[in-house]
Amino acid sequence: MSKFLKALLATTLLAGPVAAEEFGLGREALPEEIAAWDIDVRPDGQGLPEGSGTAEEGEVIYVERCAVCHGDFGEARGRWPVLAGGEDSLDSEDPVKTVGSYWPYLSTVYDYVHRAMPFGEAQSLTADETYALTAYILYLNFLEDLDFELSRDNFAEVSLPNEDGFFMDDREETEFAAFVREPCMEDCKDTVEITKRAAVIDVTPEDAAARERVESAAEELAEAETTEAATTETAEAEAPAAEETAAPDPELVAAGEKVFRKCQACHMIGEGAKNRVGPHLNGIMGRTAGTLDGFRYSPAMVEAGEGGLVWNDETVQAYLEDPRGYIKGNRMSFAGLRKEEELEAITAYLQAASE
Amino acid sequence: MTEKSGPSTTRRGFLKAGLAAGGAVASGGAAYAAGDPAITELQPWMQYLGDGVDARPYGYPSEFESHVKRRNVEWLTADTVSSVNFTPLHELDGIITPNGLCFERHHGGIAEIDPAQHRLMINGLVDKPLVFTMQDLMRFPRENHVYFLECAANTGMEWRGAQLNGCQFTHGMIHNVMYTGIPLKLILEEAGLKTNAKWILPEGADASGMTRSVPMEKALDDCLVAFKMNGEMLRPEQGYPLRLVVPGWEGNMWVKWLRRIEVGDKPWHHREETSKYTDLLENGDARRFTWEMDAKSVITNPSPQAPILHGKGHTVLTGVAWSGRGTIPRVDVTIDGGKNWHQARMDGPSLTKSMHRFYYEFDWDGSPLLLQSRAHDSTGYVQPTKDELRKFRGENSIYHNNGIQTWYVNEKGIAENVEVS
Repeated sequence: MSKFLKALLATTLLAGPVAAEEFGLGREALPEEIAAWDIDVRPDGQGLPEGSGTAEEGEVIYVERCAVCHGDFGEARGRWPVLAGGEDSLDSEDPVKTVGSYWPYLSTVYDYVHRAMPFGEAQSLTADETYALTAYILYLNFLEDLDFELSRDNFAEVSLPNEDGFFMDDREETEFAAFVREPCMEDCKDTVEITKRAAVIDVTPEDAAARERVESAAEELAEAETTEAATTETAEAEAPAAEETAAPDPELVAAGEKVFRKCQACHMIGEGAKNRVGPHLNGIMGRTAGTLDGFRYSPAMVEAGEGGLVWNDETVQAYLEDPRGYIKGNRMSFAGLRKEEELEAITAYLQAASE
Repeated sequence: MTEKSGPSTTRRGFLKAGLAAGGAVASGGAAYAAGDPAITELQPWMQYLGDGVDARPYGYPSEFESHVKRRNVEWLTADTVSSVNFTPLHELDGIITPNGLCFERHHGGIAEIDPAQHRLMINGLVDKPLVFTMQDLMRFPRENHVYFLECAANTGMEWRGAQLNGCQFTHGMIHNVMYTGIPLKLILEEAGLKTNAKWILPEGADASGMTRSVPMEKALDDCLVAFKMNGEMLRPEQGYPLRLVVPGWEGNMWVKWLRRIEVGDKPWHHREETSKYTDLLENGDARRFTWEMDAKSVITNPSPQAPILHGKGHTVLTGVAWSGRGTIPRVDVTIDGGKNWHQARMDGPSLTKSMHRFYYEFDWDGSPLLLQSRAHDSTGYVQPTKDELRKFRGENSIYHNNGIQTWYVNEKGIAENVEVS
């Protein structure tokens, strides 16, 4: 425990039981209200509900609701979290922190899956489903067999490999001795060399506005210095206007395919596309909103369709620009595409890929 | 300005201008044969009437400041719904972050909550579990405090070397505002703590149901249940209508959209305090419960997004410093990569667990600079170099990188994120 905590603990104890001034505010919480919100689970099993599920049952749910982001084997797509693998990687250059390699307690898996997953549909899994998924994640990490059944009764018997891999913050004991000091102020070193540069791996987002501002300020300076040659410079800056493009431009479609990566966690398109978290997008152009058979839309989306919303370049772009603003209360958990080029590319791709 | 024949945004124009900037530059604006047209010509705003009082019922910045905004690093996360953007530190001064520029970190997007439908529940090891409406909460005694909130992952992309060009991206997961809120102690006492009450679990009402375990000592010390920031109601992206304030401790614990606080006898070891926000060391073991934010500072100007554009001569260097353990009585600055250091001038209020502002004015001779700042906090802790920190932490810990930042400024005034020997 840190000195800070010890000191505080001492003060708290000295102060004794808190002589509370009662304000008489609030009201007593009802048992059913507490039951509705108190869903947290602890490593000792406190908070686990009745229920059970096997890894095999979990697999079915996982494929349907989790694999779109976490991958078929918990290996993850894109930058979504990896759930399995990474054994013996924690002390390597590239540690892979998964349930099997890093997480100390299984209760954390149950609590988090039930509390926050699937992403965008929190608290939609039943207790049995959550037990089954938790068991399946153990299976993905080679910690249990496919027929393993997890329940409240045997939960505490499962321990994760890295439970002992954690220790309490010890910065005050280990680092303070080195960092609490009177540092050198003069002639501290003979030479200074640049050892690392951001320019080498420049991954800073492009900031067009800021660059423009810096450039124009710099240019003003330049003009103060020398007023020559300014005209040729300006002439060059007038780039030719972008050429008009007709709908199925292969380049635009290719760009759209890249943009679609943002969508494919939830949507499928093309041959064999099925409904996932979101509806499949084959034939989306020209279809009335919220009318694809077999997909459970939000009431807001259905209502939009009933109100006459038909998907075309214009409406798709307007929707994707601001999904929540365009159809209030719809379920798509996507922040939107901000760039004009992306919007044009995605519609071109949707048009081309769904044919 | 009016002399300019049109905007030039070419890369070449920029570089060319940069070259020129290295030379001598007249101060007080350019010299004009017939006087400065900004003065000699009648400007439209000097002649015509502007908007009336009701044109902007909720005020916003000048159109000329539209580049001052939070920015995202797209490749960092899978989706903007569970992501982070960054405070433009290089555009700010003083110590207060304007509400609209406070960086955002969400795990399930912004919860848009009707305050009339919001409740705060206290349950667990209490004499009487309670439910409060916002109206109930407004009747508690309240306090005002300025605190910084820093994400534990701030500067986390820089463990393996200089990566992002701009203090907005390297240090922008921080903001500093004045909170109005209720001491958490008063709310807990209202429910009555059992003798074995040692921890609390604050929980958010958003789609991630954010939870963190907080030790009771901290809860009773200086935590606030806040509803206002900089005088107005919290912004939705900052937890409207209610958030926890955990002064000096990592931002993830400051649960937004606070709907429930459970009291318990042990920590919960939830996702954000096991799989995340634990600090993996070189040997494969990880520190847990690294709550306090170590002393840290950064020079905000000049910096890669804010180069020196005026050429040599009198130059203002400024930056911010903070510590989760107290105040910042002193910041040292070097312009030669750490050979010689100078005490910066601290300015503005010095409040515990709040940002501090420092300045260092010098006469730039136009030669390249290696700029660093070094914070001292009120416990005697002095901000370490990145290499000193790596000796204890390795390069895989992601969180709590408070190492000294270096900006290389070339003879044109352009700044770059670097590390030095």
